[in-house]
Amino acid sequence: MNKNKDVDSIVVRLAGDSGDGIQLMGSQFAVSTALTGADFATFPDYPAEIRAPVGTTFGVSAYQINLGGGPITTPGDAPDVLVAFNPAALKVSLPMLHKGALVIVNNDAFTARNLAKAGYDADPRESGVLADFQVVEADISHLNLEAVKEFGLSKSEGGRCKNFWALGLLLWMFNRDFVSVEEWIRRRLAGKPTLRDANIKALHAGHAYGETAALAASLSQIQIPAAKPKPGEYRSITGAEALALGIAAAGELADRPVLFCSYPITPASPLLHRISHLPELGVGTFQAEDEIAAIAAAIGASYGGMIGVTSSSGPGIALKTEAMGLAVSAELPLVIVNWQRGGPSTGLPTKTEQSDLYQAVYGRNADTPIPVVSASTSGECFAMAIEAVRIAIRHMTPVILLADGYLSNAAEPWRIPDLSSFPPIETNPVPEFGEDPQRKAFTRGVTSYGRPWITPGMPELMHRVGGLEKDVESGHISYDPANHQSMTDLRAAKVQSVANYIPEQMLESGPDSGDLVVVGWGSTYGPIYQATRATRASFVHLRHLNPLPGNLGELLGRFDKVLVPEMNAGQLATLLRDKLGANPVSFSKVTGQPFLISELVEKIESLRGELS
Amino acid sequence: MSEKLTAKDFTTSQEVRWCPGCGDYAILKSVSKALADVGARPEKTVFVSGIGCAARFPYYIESYGFHTIHGRAPAVATGLKLANPELDVWVVTGDGDGLSIGGNHLLHALRRNIGLKILLFNNEIYGLTKGQYSPTSRVGTTSPSSPGGSVETPVSPGQFALGAGARFFARGIDTDKVGMSDVLQKAHAFVGTSFVEIFQNCIVYNEDVFASFTDRKNAANTQLHVRHGDPMLFGDNKVKGIRFNPGTWSLEVIDATETADDVLVHDEANAVLARLLIDLPSPVALGVIYRQPAVSFEEAFYAHHPSRMQRTKSIKDFIRGPSSWTVGD
Repeated sequence: MNKNKDVDSIVVRLAGDSGDGIQLMGSQFAVSTALTGADFATFPDYPAEIRAPVGTTFGVSAYQINLGGGPITTPGDAPDVLVAFNPAALKVSLPMLHKGALVIVNNDAFTARNLAKAGYDADPRESGVLADFQVVEADISHLNLEAVKEFGLSKSEGGRCKNFWALGLLLWMFNRDFVSVEEWIRRRLAGKPTLRDANIKALHAGHAYGETAALAASLSQIQIPAAKPKPGEYRSITGAEALALGIAAAGELADRPVLFCSYPITPASPLLHRISHLPELGVGTFQAEDEIAAIAAAIGASYGGMIGVTSSSGPGIALKTEAMGLAVSAELPLVIVNWQRGGPSTGLPTKTEQSDLYQAVYGRNADTPIPVVSASTSGECFAMAIEAVRIAIRHMTPVILLADGYLSNAAEPWRIPDLSSFPPIETNPVPEFGEDPQRKAFTRGVTSYGRPWITPGMPELMHRVGGLEKDVESGHISYDPANHQSMTDLRAAKVQSVANYIPEQMLESGPDSGDLVVVGWGSTYGPIYQATRATRASFVHLRHLNPLPGNLGELLGRFDKVLVPEMNAGQLATLLRDKLGANPVSFSKVTGQPFLISELVEKIESLRGELS
Repeated sequence: MSEKLTAKDFTTSQEVRWCPGCGDYAILKSVSKALADVGARPEKTVFVSGIGCAARFPYYIESYGFHTIHGRAPAVATGLKLANPELDVWVVTGDGDGLSIGGNHLLHALRRNIGLKILLFNNEIYGLTKGQYSPTSRVGTTSPSSPGGSVETPVSPGQFALGAGARFFARGIDTDKVGMSDVLQKAHAFVGTSFVEIFQNCIVYNEDVFASFTDRKNAANTQLHVRHGDPMLFGDNKVKGIRFNPGTWSLEVIDATETADDVLVHDEANAVLARLLIDLPSPVALGVIYRQPAVSFEEAFYAHHPSRMQRTKSIKDFIRGPSSWTVGD
């Protein structure tokens, strides 16, 4: 890269051992980027092991950030800058880089032992594999230890400051202020003054290193213009943070407390952690003994009048299936959040996928329909959490909210919404008490099929709910054959009725008819947005997956071809065939990595080639 | 204050569908009566059940009721109790529902000490699924799924409960009105999880499995009704007593007329004694065997939610996060 270059956007990848503090360094870099007004998107990419064996390729933890004048909607296809803390990190990251990319390596880690662990026969700094790149070798470990020597830390304690040393260098390169990082260190290490001061020193030392003449020849500062987003107040937010706030906001809009019941699982746990900090918003957290207990307790909470919410990832959702049927049968509101990950079975716990769409829409015993919505971006997790609660309470049904591992951890700038722009969440009116409360409890709304939310404690309305089939009118247990047909029809009609309350499907971009429309859902929003913008293809992105928006069939019918890129083996494509009789072209990717813009552009262009 | 309710006020119009002669009828009567005796209010009372014959219970009690799924009643009830600690929440379960498919939830409810009154109807058999051996069936139980006799070691509900950290364990016999009334009232009064094992006779699949000690004719000699602070006496005219044998670390029966001083006095707070009583083969210990109050889960939970789950702030106070920035026109 040229000296003091001005660029529109730039992709930076930080990579090292999972114990190197890469995720922390990345998220702090994102925050200081946000404070300059640049747009960004991040992609934390880390191994399943908490402390994988040091120096191995499978133990590499990386954090990728795309920053620029925007709009930035993906973490970027190919890094322009790589900071590699060891040979393994270099080896894993090299194939992703742009030619000409700047590679900063930590010289001290390129020992014979580490090279062998990474599977290098020859030192890559000398073997020529870096010929296409600009390489800056820095003795990061050594320089860091020198900088923090005065604090008398042990070698391992002192060594752990090196992520802040490297962050200091990076902040200098991007002309960023280190005040916010310094404040963060002061807050985080308030009780440990020596460590606090050592980390701050390391940060300063890295920054100073960039400024020194020693490097001026090889390293340059990069100027990124500030984004020009819509005016308003912004913050950096991950999907887990946005979803936690969204659930709390839904509680406020419905004027009900929320009980969040969950069992730890990757990558759903960040939501459990975030939401545990919101008691002042009337949000309680119950860590259950297992996935089944988590949803069962959430159902119990909803039965008791709170908004019951549970969250997990695919394998945990599978365990919750029977209880979802109970909530359908008992006609109770409930939100089930699924942070999808690579499968089957334990699969790729820390890698993202969107392969639980079948499970959400079809995956239960019997005819047990459930509304399904999904979030497209980290920030959108906020609005979709509110939407899920709204549907659950209006129709008195469980609702599945699909998010994924990428959204859980990825940060982006988010325009802070005004809560008053969301209408209150109305609860169906509770009847006057009197005769036959059982019937009253199951007297449903004419258009929503939602029943009144009668909760224990309300006088003279005692009734029974449960999983046995009940009479469509009286609400008492019924084994009558014709009644089961009526109840099955009613449950289907109820979920279908959601379509009457949701907005018509709009185009995200592009002409409203023509040769090609790309249809996406979930976290593929970012790459599809960029790829369709680059190719001027039309773009439809779904947030409501069951039922689908009423006008979707007509909208897609205006195009010659429908392309559906998804991080699964073609599940939305199947759904569109099933529900709309559409004939889409499926473009599937299941590598545990998000789509690259370039591969989508290529696919769109090749499809167009076939059409012309 | 509302008028005093009777057992009849807790009875629904639903047709009861247990087999004629089933022990559940007597339990239903005792529970309805106990609810009236303790002054329970139907609107504040909830019966939560799982699956099995016992799980039909909520349909027959005039209160709120939730017939859930197999084994999960303690988990559903936990969410309910957290949502509204003012409610009296009863869980009705069986040996299969509570100790097999739902064993995990029972364990965790007991260790958390959440305010649930858990009634486990133990008949040592699966009734609703037509007679298979259950986790409490004795070795050698012949059943459709164990035609040569079961080979599994049964679980002891009492030992399971104490091992899980239960703070209230009591036992009763389905048809023993007096004993059941006492146990149910004390279970109701306990703050935390009260766990009651009820010996229930399944007339169809496991008839008289408890007859050796439930038979009224010889009950005085086969049943030990324990009461906190009272000496452990039984037999006709209370001539027999229970003594601790330090040589074998076990309880033994002695002639109380000769060695009255050796007779143990029941201390319901003594967990070691409780474990010995649970394992006593004859006489069978009944009544409140263990009771050691502690802070309930809901109390601790609400103490950690200082606003008691009420909203004291708005999302507006949280939505900005640690730092935000403004983009102008």
